[in-house]
Amino acid sequence: MFFWSIVLILIGIYSSYIFGKSRIKKLVYSTNLKPKSQYNYHAQYVLSWCLLPALIVYFSWAVFEEQIIQNLILDSFEYVEGAAYNDGLLLAEIRNVANNTDFSEGKSQEIINAASQYKSLKLTSEISFYISIIIIMILGSLYAVRKINIQFNAQDTIEKYIKYILIFCSSIAVLTTIGIIFSLIFESFRFFSQVSIFEFLFSTEWYPFIPIREGQAAAEGSFGAVPIFAGTFLIMIVAMCVAAPIGLLTAIYLSEYASQKVRKTVKPLLEILAGIPTIVYGFFAFVTVAPFVKSFGQSIGIDASPTSALAAGLVMGVMIIPFISSLSDDVINSVPQSLREGSLGIGANKAETIKKVILPAALPGIVGAFLLAISRAIGETMIVVVAAGTAANLTANPFENVTTVTVQIVVALIGDQEFDNPRTLSAFALGLVLFVITLSLNVLALRIVKKYRERYE
Amino acid sequence: MVENNNTKISAKDVDVFYSEKQALNKISMDIKEKEVTALIGPSGCGKSTFLRCINRMNDLIEICKVTGSIKVDNEEIISSSTDVVSLRSKIGMVFQKPNPFPKSIFDNVAYGPSIHGLADTKSDLENIVITSLKKAGLYNEVKDRLNEPGTSLSGGQQQRLCIARAIAVNPEIILMDEPCSALDPIATAIIEELIDELRLNYTIIIVTHSMQQAARVSQKTCFFHLGELIESGETNKIFTNPDNTKTQDYITGRFG
Amino acid sequence: MNSTLTQERIIALRKKRSAQDLRFKYYGFIAMCLALAVLVFLLYSIFSRGFSAFQKTTILLEINYDQEVLKLTPNSTDQEIEKGKFFKVKKNALNNVFENLSKSDAKLIKKLFSTNIDKEIKNYYIDNPSVLNTTQKLWVTAHSNVDQMLKGNSRRDVPEDRRKLNDIQLSFIDQLVEEDRIQKEFNNFFFTRADSRHPEIAGIAGSFMGSLLTLFVVFILSFPIAIGASVYLEEFAPKNKLTELIEVNISNLAAVPSIVFGLLGLGVLLNVFGFPRSTPLVGGTVLALMTLPTIIIACRASLKAVPPSIKEGALAIGATKSQAVFHHVVPLALPGTLTGTIIGLAQALGETAPLIMIGMVAFIPNIPTGITEPSASLPVQIFLWVESAERGFQEKSAAAIMIILLFLFMMNALAVYLRNRFEKKW
Repeated sequence: MFFWSIVLILIGIYSSYIFGKSRIKKLVYSTNLKPKSQYNYHAQYVLSWCLLPALIVYFSWAVFEEQIIQNLILDSFEYVEGAAYNDGLLLAEIRNVANNTDFSEGKSQEIINAASQYKSLKLTSEISFYISIIIIMILGSLYAVRKINIQFNAQDTIEKYIKYILIFCSSIAVLTTIGIIFSLIFESFRFFSQVSIFEFLFSTEWYPFIPIREGQAAAEGSFGAVPIFAGTFLIMIVAMCVAAPIGLLTAIYLSEYASQKVRKTVKPLLEILAGIPTIVYGFFAFVTVAPFVKSFGQSIGIDASPTSALAAGLVMGVMIIPFISSLSDDVINSVPQSLREGSLGIGANKAETIKKVILPAALPGIVGAFLLAISRAIGETMIVVVAAGTAANLTANPFENVTTVTVQIVVALIGDQEFDNPRTLSAFALGLVLFVITLSLNVLALRIVKKYRERYE
Repeated sequence: MVENNNTKISAKDVDVFYSEKQALNKISMDIKEKEVTALIGPSGCGKSTFLRCINRMNDLIEICKVTGSIKVDNEEIISSSTDVVSLRSKIGMVFQKPNPFPKSIFDNVAYGPSIHGLADTKSDLENIVITSLKKAGLYNEVKDRLNEPGTSLSGGQQQRLCIARAIAVNPEIILMDEPCSALDPIATAIIEELIDELRLNYTIIIVTHSMQQAARVSQKTCFFHLGELIESGETNKIFTNPDNTKTQDYITGRFG
Repeated sequence: MNSTLTQERIIALRKKRSAQDLRFKYYGFIAMCLALAVLVFLLYSIFSRGFSAFQKTTILLEINYDQEVLKLTPNSTDQEIEKGKFFKVKKNALNNVFENLSKSDAKLIKKLFSTNIDKEIKNYYIDNPSVLNTTQKLWVTAHSNVDQMLKGNSRRDVPEDRRKLNDIQLSFIDQLVEEDRIQKEFNNFFFTRADSRHPEIAGIAGSFMGSLLTLFVVFILSFPIAIGASVYLEEFAPKNKLTELIEVNISNLAAVPSIVFGLLGLGVLLNVFGFPRSTPLVGGTVLALMTLPTIIIACRASLKAVPPSIKEGALAIGATKSQAVFHHVVPLALPGTLTGTIIGLAQALGETAPLIMIGMVAFIPNIPTGITEPSASLPVQIFLWVESAERGFQEKSAAAIMIILLFLFMMNALAVYLRNRFEKKW
């Protein structure tokens, strides 16, 4: 369908263009007047009236076709007595049988019937798609052609259309945000209709296990997210303990002490560190750092978990070093040279100038950089998914195993997703918390940095 | 020289504001067809602002507000219903700094005619380009390298290329915003000669900070000061016997 | 107070101060070196583990393609060959790896070979039908346990019950080594195969293809949309609250954790719009939304860098606003935009978390060919291999990381090249 509809649309826009052009030429010839806009604009006008409806039809088909067919199939499906079917699996099976008759061996009659129904629905849908797209393209072009005349300012109209397209492009970002908020709030709402919001925010028991059978008393899950928040916080603290001093000192060294040559080599190297995918850090944490932490723990008599907060935190710290160093570097560089000269001029040495003058002056900016780094650390997923634990554990001991918000989101959504189950839905509630926290940290940080910039501009 | 009395542009009570700041105050003047009118005055006096009102280039500046009336061929142009695009194709403009597109010499000149659909065939387009380059006095210098980038030319040549670019869309008026300020004396002399030739076919308004230039190329001169039109009239009269003492002071170099 | 004493104190203080100065400088230097050392250590720990994955262990096997056993004739059709009894041939060959093998030993021997060798034996026959009724010496793939042992990734000095291979199997391997019947060769499977449950035949071709298709979708969506959005914001947008809202939105979107985009993909794209799960189409869409802010910011910067005189020149000869922008400004901003796009694509290439959310984490044993087919992607493949218990997958994940780093490096180098080559200083 994809290929042929592209061909069809291409043919449509080509012929509508030619149609529009010949139409305006004819008008000019018969009236012998100069048209208000050039031929091309009239042709483009007809083209856009052919293309846009076609695209709308195409995308609505692409998005809704499969769902509508599925619903029709499921509505008419006669469930076999006693068989525990899951809608998704059932549909997959029906689709397999429909696409390849070889699979029909050993399948129940219901499924084979449903498969043939699926096939015929698909065919009907495809035929009606082609018919409707052709009709809509013709109708669109005809409408546009009727509007064309000598006085018609096609150029202005096309300009307007271009502007609408551009507005649409820039609204994608807004739509994305709305989509994020909508999906997080909607699913969280469903979650909180099953789990109390107070339990979620204040209880310390996190056992997101679902009862396997209806009424199984023992396995009732409990969703107190406090240990998760605590674990996230612990790992973040470890990471900042690594990244803050190293990142800041590196930035100071690079901006105040290092020669041009050193700066030119080191900065790209740090950028490499920043560009390494997080899964690579996860691998590093899991394969290299975690065993090291474990044996280090043993050597000082602590029994470290193989998925300790320390290993994940250390590696996460490494990940945000370049982040802190480049942001702090910018901040330090924007401290006016006159402050530096003032301090050096009264005989202070470089270290004193940095400690007593530059850092205090740059403090708001550095705080902003740290806040951004914290937000980065909290939202980071792959390192902790690979190297931190999955069991919620309320502890402040970095050698123990803790879990984080992002890990729990991944754990809840990996494998079977059932959107009537609080376990799956808990991912969205956690996602909402994560989104709100990182967003507020960012807004706060950007505001601090902006204020700071304004001070020196 | 044939005197004519056809008014091409007629401005009445033109006020221009940048946000709250008034840049032009009640400017009224008539500009005659096929003459060179020079706008002179000290920096920041509003002469360029006035020039940019005539082809509505001030629209680009969001905070700029223009009121009053400017009529070109008796058609009001300071109104929201004015078709700016066709206005600008009728009024060419040459800027202070030569700004050729980073394209070939040919494409620079051909761009205007092609977007306005002035040429139906390729040879038509070539004709327009060659005639325009000839009119701008540049053809002989560049005829062998029409495909080289316009930015490879010297400053004076670039400015003439910009003039050719403006001529190519068949304007009736050419606005020049200090066209020689970025050029050396020889290139300036060539441009001034060119302006003298172009006068036969186009109405030219030139903003200049050089009084000698105004005296050399223009028939009419308008003196602006602090957003007001102090005096306008025959160039000879302005430079030899101005009515206003401010004009007198300016042309004799007492301020400015 | 005595003036020489004061003098001395000042000199002492000065010494202390300059020592402090020096110390502070060293702190900075050490911090920088530490950061770089971690980088080196990280790369080393990956490369040292990953290199061995580019080789596989093969064992020489004598195979008798006996007509009777195979139940084939020289004139057999392809379908008959497909049903030929190659497993019997294999069984015979395995029983004869060493002379006089007991039944239990034969079982142990069998475990030294990959499950893939049936196919290798069959494919050899399909390629060379003339070998019917001859005995052929064939290098066939060894089991991952053997492979890991020979590469030194598993240790043989641990107690037998903690090893994958027991003492008898080790002695067999030693014997094979002695007789030169075991060798390492270039691991073509790694580059031509998709994921597998068996480490020795698992490869990155499937996930690599998945990543390419995903990046294709990202590019198709984000590049034009980013240009449109940037052009609007830079050239058309009126300065009002709405525009400001869009701008704030874009800068905040850049800082939203990637996993949240995964939730968006799951909650909206999959559940509301019914995009096909686990496909490059939905993965690419999510990543495009994620990288859009990066590209828009780069594109706006390069649009800003184009001098306004160019646009004015076009407008002054009567070009419309969109003509002036799209004929003159956008082409000049294109190199900068492209650089930003490549950096955005590099970011998308390394992204894992959102893809897990939308189901690209499923086990996909074949190479995808279209954007609506379920597929893995390179970073998710690494994740799956890291999480896997089998030892043999660890070197695979390290090697896959090497490949992904190579691509990231190439993309960034391309971006730098484009920037240096086309970026104009005005």
